[in-house]
Amino acid sequence: MSIELKNITKQFGGVSAVNDVSFTVADGQLVALLGPSGCGKTTVLRMISGLEMPTAGEILVRGKRVNDVPVQKRNIGFVFQGYALFKSMSVADNIAFGLLIKKWAKADRDARVAELIELLGLKDLAKRFPHQLSGGQRQRVALARALAPKPDVLLLDEPFAAVDAKIRQELREMLVNLHHELNVTTIFVTHDQEEAMEVSNRIVVFDKGRLAQIGTPREVYEEPASEFVARFIGVMNVLDCEVREGVARCGELEFPTHGVADGQRLRIGFRPYAVQVSNDLMAYRHFAVLRHTYFLGVLLRLELEFPSGLIIRARMSKEEYARLNLTEGRKISLQIRQYRVLAREGELLPPEVSVTHHLGPSPGDGI
Amino acid sequence: MAEKRYRVLPGFGLTMGFTLFYLSVLVLVPIGGLFLRTFSLSWADFWRLATTDRALAAYQLTFGASLAAAVINAVFGTLLAWVLVRYDFPGRRFIDALVDFPFALPTAVAGLTLANLFSANGWLGQFLVPLGIKGAFTPLGVVIALTFVGMPFVVRTLQPVLEHLDRDVEEAAATLGAGRLRTFVSVIAPTLLPPVMTGFALAFARAIGEYGSVVFISGNLPMKTEIAPYLIVIRLEEYDYTGAMALAVVLLVISFALLGVINVLEQWANRFSR
Repeated sequence: MSIELKNITKQFGGVSAVNDVSFTVADGQLVALLGPSGCGKTTVLRMISGLEMPTAGEILVRGKRVNDVPVQKRNIGFVFQGYALFKSMSVADNIAFGLLIKKWAKADRDARVAELIELLGLKDLAKRFPHQLSGGQRQRVALARALAPKPDVLLLDEPFAAVDAKIRQELREMLVNLHHELNVTTIFVTHDQEEAMEVSNRIVVFDKGRLAQIGTPREVYEEPASEFVARFIGVMNVLDCEVREGVARCGELEFPTHGVADGQRLRIGFRPYAVQVSNDLMAYRHFAVLRHTYFLGVLLRLELEFPSGLIIRARMSKEEYARLNLTEGRKISLQIRQYRVLAREGELLPPEVSVTHHLGPSPGDGI
Repeated sequence: MAEKRYRVLPGFGLTMGFTLFYLSVLVLVPIGGLFLRTFSLSWADFWRLATTDRALAAYQLTFGASLAAAVINAVFGTLLAWVLVRYDFPGRRFIDALVDFPFALPTAVAGLTLANLFSANGWLGQFLVPLGIKGAFTPLGVVIALTFVGMPFVVRTLQPVLEHLDRDVEEAAATLGAGRLRTFVSVIAPTLLPPVMTGFALAFARAIGEYGSVVFISGNLPMKTEIAPYLIVIRLEEYDYTGAMALAVVLLVISFALLGVINVLEQWANRFSR
């Protein structure tokens, strides 16, 4: 079921929560609405569901305006952040609730409930009450309940925020698998960029009630439309530079620029993986000291300090780290392979600049 | 070696001992004394004293009117609590404070006021009596007085529960296609039933024991508007202590049994959260 938002605005008591937002979700997509808290993403989701009415603009489902269709008639499945299970009903009764309302025959109802219990791995829990379930189990029941009446659209509000990291990972994978299997148009809200990148095939980034960018995870990561997006998605080093003689300078670092007058200030951004580090002090022209190493699993994050006091973050694999024989406090040489000039927020960013010709993929590329 | 868990407050033994002592002094000893006094009677004498026609009429009125008052309170108290929690309107805090009024007001004053209101030439009585609604000196008056004193119990029991009611749950029901009535009946009511029953039980218990407000509005006509606690007082005034004891024991046993039943029902209604 395709969904289209046209110039949607929502005000609460004169304050705009959502401002002139337009985007389209094609049938069968799995879309993330991403942004920091208070950016309006949940309000957008609630307007799509019909729980909230837009102040202005149109919401179209399959090309038909649904602004005036009440939530009960929109045939959506909604999963709430706090699960919102009916605590006086067993797991099976929770799942059957929507079917009961839609007056399914008893045999069909029982079959559908059994199907969902199977699909979501709730087998031995059918007779339990919500308070007897763990967080992850509750969320699966909430999903089953939302999916039971075969909704046209599945909407999820921060679905995995309240469970611990391991369960969250399982639930993410489950959502992807479910979407693959059922192919129902799915929109979920998250403030976690990693989650958005991992789960969705399209990301809609919000910033202060406005649409900041819409694109595939790769597009949003590699071609951020604004400094906000660049900083919000993934880690980015952002340096405040001053242009002198056509070169943006910040501490020891220099970034050649074109067509920028001397004396102007520019913001330069580069991802940690674009920093190339060597233990050979002759290898690159900049020197820095490895101040601290953060262990992230397969990857390590390095904090590098220049003699001027400027600190940047780099990223490398465990193997690379061992090969270079690095330790905290050690002096290294480095270069920055790619960077981009960050325009003011809202302006389209200029393309990324490669400093050297491609040296082949470096460890940690694409992260 | 026995495991010893660290506790913030010292000693289970001490607190349990205090609990038992406190309960004994305030509850068990007086009740025990009451039963002991009645044991001085033979069973036949007890039965004769406890089941006079006048006494039976008084039990009927006490329990009937208390039940009616508790039911009224359960329904309208719930409504009142709902309005106070869910809506914001000018004067809400004032009304909220008024709910406690029956707690604070001496019940005799309440009874006198109500009797004046509902008597044939009272503010309300002058309109109601011509319509055949006699609020003073009738069983209806007893129900009115008992409703008045029991009201805060339901409201105050329900308010915190309503405040913690999850709004998401109502929205979830809506997204699944449920209208307001369906949402209320299927989703909200079952979760409210246990606290409503608790409030009902408290209001009911209070009504059974109520004396002050009723004596003024009921008129205390034997066999008609005389409540059991009043009959006990009459027996006492007649220096008929054993007669009073017999009535009191009946009242106590029935109350205890009824509260027991309500408790079981309450646990059943709350089965989903245990």
